[in-house]
Amino acid sequence: MSAVVRMLALLVLFRCGTAAATEVRTFQDPAQQQRYEQLVKDLRCLVCQNQSLADSDADLARDLRDEVYQILQSGKSDQEAVKFLVDRYGDFVLYRPPFNLMTLLLWISPLLLLFAGLAFIWRRSKQQNPAMAAELTASEQERLQQLRKTTQQQ
Amino acid sequence: MRLKFLIPLSVFALLLVLLGVGLKLDPREVPSPFIGKPAPPFALPTVHAAAQTLSSGEFQGQVSLLNVWASWCVSCRQEHPLLLQLSKTGLVPIYGLNYKDERPAALAWLDRFGDPYRASAFDADGKTGIDWGVYGVPETFVIDRKGIIRYKFTGPLTEEALEKKLLPLVRTLQEEAS
Repeated sequence: MSAVVRMLALLVLFRCGTAAATEVRTFQDPAQQQRYEQLVKDLRCLVCQNQSLADSDADLARDLRDEVYQILQSGKSDQEAVKFLVDRYGDFVLYRPPFNLMTLLLWISPLLLLFAGLAFIWRRSKQQNPAMAAELTASEQERLQQLRKTTQQQ
Repeated sequence: MRLKFLIPLSVFALLLVLLGVGLKLDPREVPSPFIGKPAPPFALPTVHAAAQTLSSGEFQGQVSLLNVWASWCVSCRQEHPLLLQLSKTGLVPIYGLNYKDERPAALAWLDRFGDPYRASAFDADGKTGIDWGVYGVPETFVIDRKGIIRYKFTGPLTEEALEKKLLPLVRTLQEEAS
């Protein structure tokens, strides 16, 4: 119960929420509009960290959307808009983290896990093969024949 | 061969440790890209007088703190007594960046709770805040004599953070160049 109350208090405190009525920003050029909309979807709001700039209703998100809008309006590229935010907030604002030394493990861990899994399976199959392929001894063969006979008779 | 059962157990233990460490991390603490970089320049009117300016040039030649605050910020009130206390000791000058506030409200707030700041810059539209990478008020920056940001504390200051991190750093920075 108290956890719920705390959660609510936090939400109020940081003014998180979904931007049900995100302001409408219009561009002359529909291509630019699309770039803007894609950009704000790929950038993280720092106040409500699991929301993108497009989704967040936090004050800061609105201000940052404004910055992105101004940058694009002034004819600059997407990279420049992203750089503006990364310079100030670090790689953390990117929902698609860049590939560098800091994020190396993040990027290659799926591959590492895949190889570890394959290696495991490969080793297991090698271990079991000799046991399965082992020849039966003469007495074992005889017993096998007997067993076959008895089951056929039934 | 007998110890084989230890393999899943150790994997489990490793996972447990990883998750445990993860619990201790504060996801709100985003590493600032400004550490070791010059303070982003600004020149803003002060809260007290619209005609006066406070600029980032103030940080040259002295170790200083820049505290980002606002009258609407609840946790600023929480850390405020600590800042007042610190300003009384005179160990380090504290500058304020009044973030997205209204002048009468900010002045009333300082009147009511006390003013630990040597001066507060009035950042009404929050542009300077964005330039400084502010995302959650209060934030406190430690700036060295050359005007380079050396440390950033996000959230309300605690006595522990002040004693263990900020003040020792201020002391070493003060000794560094004198």
